[in-house]
Amino acid sequence: MTIDALGAILLIPAISATLLAILPGYLLTAKLNVVAALATFLTSLLLFVIEPTSGQYLLLDDLNKVFIVLTTFVGFTTSVFSASYIHHEIEIGRLTPAFLRFYHAMYQILMFAMNLALIANNIGLMWVAVEMATLTTVLMVGIYRTHEALEAAWKYFILGSVGIALALFGTILVYMAARPVVGEGMDGMVWTVLVKHAAQFDPALLNVAFVFLLLGYGTKVGLAPLHAWLPDAHAEGPTPISAVLSGLLLNVALYALLRFKMMLAVNSAAITPGPLMVTMGLISVIFAALMLYRRRDIKRMFAYSSIEHMGIIVFAFGMGGPLANFAGLLHMTMHSLTKSAIFFAVGHIAQVKGTQKIADIGGLTATNPALGWGLMLGVVAIVGLPPLGIFMSEFLVVSSTFARAPWLTVILVLGIIIALGGLFLRIGPVMFGEPKGKTAPAEASYVPMFTHLGLVLMAGIYLPPVLVTSFQNVAKLLG
Amino acid sequence: MSSLQFDIAHLLAGSLVLASFMMLYQDRLYALLNVYALHAGVLALSVAWQAYVQHAPHLYVTALIALVFKAIIIPVALHRIIKRLGIHREIENVIGIGLTMMAGIGLVALSMVVMLRVTPGADALAREDLAFALSVVLLGLLIMVTRRNAVSQVVGFMSLENGLVLAATGAKGMPLVVEISVAFSVLIAFIVIGIFLFRIRERFDSVDVQALDRFRGERR
Repeated sequence: MTIDALGAILLIPAISATLLAILPGYLLTAKLNVVAALATFLTSLLLFVIEPTSGQYLLLDDLNKVFIVLTTFVGFTTSVFSASYIHHEIEIGRLTPAFLRFYHAMYQILMFAMNLALIANNIGLMWVAVEMATLTTVLMVGIYRTHEALEAAWKYFILGSVGIALALFGTILVYMAARPVVGEGMDGMVWTVLVKHAAQFDPALLNVAFVFLLLGYGTKVGLAPLHAWLPDAHAEGPTPISAVLSGLLLNVALYALLRFKMMLAVNSAAITPGPLMVTMGLISVIFAALMLYRRRDIKRMFAYSSIEHMGIIVFAFGMGGPLANFAGLLHMTMHSLTKSAIFFAVGHIAQVKGTQKIADIGGLTATNPALGWGLMLGVVAIVGLPPLGIFMSEFLVVSSTFARAPWLTVILVLGIIIALGGLFLRIGPVMFGEPKGKTAPAEASYVPMFTHLGLVLMAGIYLPPVLVTSFQNVAKLLG
Repeated sequence: MSSLQFDIAHLLAGSLVLASFMMLYQDRLYALLNVYALHAGVLALSVAWQAYVQHAPHLYVTALIALVFKAIIIPVALHRIIKRLGIHREIENVIGIGLTMMAGIGLVALSMVVMLRVTPGADALAREDLAFALSVVLLGLLIMVTRRNAVSQVVGFMSLENGLVLAATGAKGMPLVVEISVAFSVLIAFIVIGIFLFRIRERFDSVDVQALDRFRGERR
């Protein structure tokens, strides 16, 4: 049973990727993509009823359960959005059916790679999975094959490759540190074994290893100053991919980082990773908040907002402790839901208006009320206004860290406020200015967007006790 | 381990760093590719030697991949791509060669200081290997940041990756080394195919600010 459910969340995407690559007809494959993503999501729910388990390659504990369910859920809703998004892209001829076949296969491979990274108990396997996820997203970012898209894909490729190369060096160093204690062979890369024995590892080697891992996986998280690939990749790729990148892939890289943080926490002589993460988180928040003011492309703007929120999350996890970890986890969930909802709205808006330039989009609430108000609700949520979920998680981050590090928290709050100003300044004319651009009604699928926003709203008002307990368990696990 | 075995491993790993330095001052693409082929050849020898010393036959596979794929197929393919796409054969450096070499020496010194200090417990061979490997990784990064041209950036990345393979084989008994070197080969094949398919002639940063603005979709 255990192995079945774990295997299924890998097998379903893998098999559907093969099918989607073979089957013709984009209407059929788009539906099949949705069905496959739904099946993966439903299977992932099964994980809650099975006991934590670990083998040489796979691992299931409270931490990755939460990540897997979030990943498969957003993966499913994005596939619904994607189906209506690509319908329009085919009509205007931006994508051809041949490319779509490739696109759908890649979508499922990406799901496979992310699930594999999340359930891997082997740090080598995890690394391979993250590399695979990077490669597939690179290919999807470049799918429009315009000069801009290729440049973005190339930049993402080179920076992402350097990032994963550094992460591999860190992984090798972890093995080197583990070898004298756990012996040669596979055990030296199995995460559960590593954590059990980490107290006896050479702390100096672990420290160097963590620096490489932080730089490597941190590049994929999009932490400043390693974020340069992120805005381009979000702006130039298809919007469903922007949603998956922001909502999921950044989380997966963060998850890898958290696993290593947990390992270092066991060794009392090693550096505490917290301060490093707090510093990088704060730099990202402030930097991204300031960058919001000069954005002219709507997708780039929300990409910078993603950097800001990843900064907040890394800050919370860096501070550590049950409360801050809880807040970080909640914020990560809320951000994934909200940001992907925003990208769903933005994707349809860009299709209706035929442009992503903020200056050419105006008066959305008048011309396309559903999309306009949907995006507005998303923006209100993302800047952290009550009563939505992000307000609550940001409030928790701030209140749980204020007593311990008041000055750092002041900087964080400053960043959040600067970002609020920047986003409202830019989004105001888009929402309420005089109508600009084409005003054709959108053939949009509103369900994914409003489902996400509904969940975020609900979380802001009432968190189900089941969720709270499960998050509390994870927060305890994270230390 | 006898001192001769150690000396040979040391010599080969040191030659890899030397080959990285040779890549730093090349100003023609073809010459750079030839030095890279040499780099990969030295890596293949070094990995094969490790396989022999450690009695780890699976490492011969990694050595073979390095020899056939990296030292022969990739350089030949890039040669042909350069010819077919009519890429400029001179390499534009961002900073002067003297300065780059100085920076390279600094990076090697840095990696020696860092790695030798944190690994007193490890055996001598793994220690030296790791220090050399980090030097190769850092020199690879240096090549990537000091070149404007897409092909030479890729060559820099591939030399960086050679350093990683050296580190992985030096860590005695590390599992998944072969799998990881295969994964990297796939990655590199993707990059090379990408250059060809997308006809990437130059890196995109241009002095033309207007072009840059357009790339970012942020033209006023």
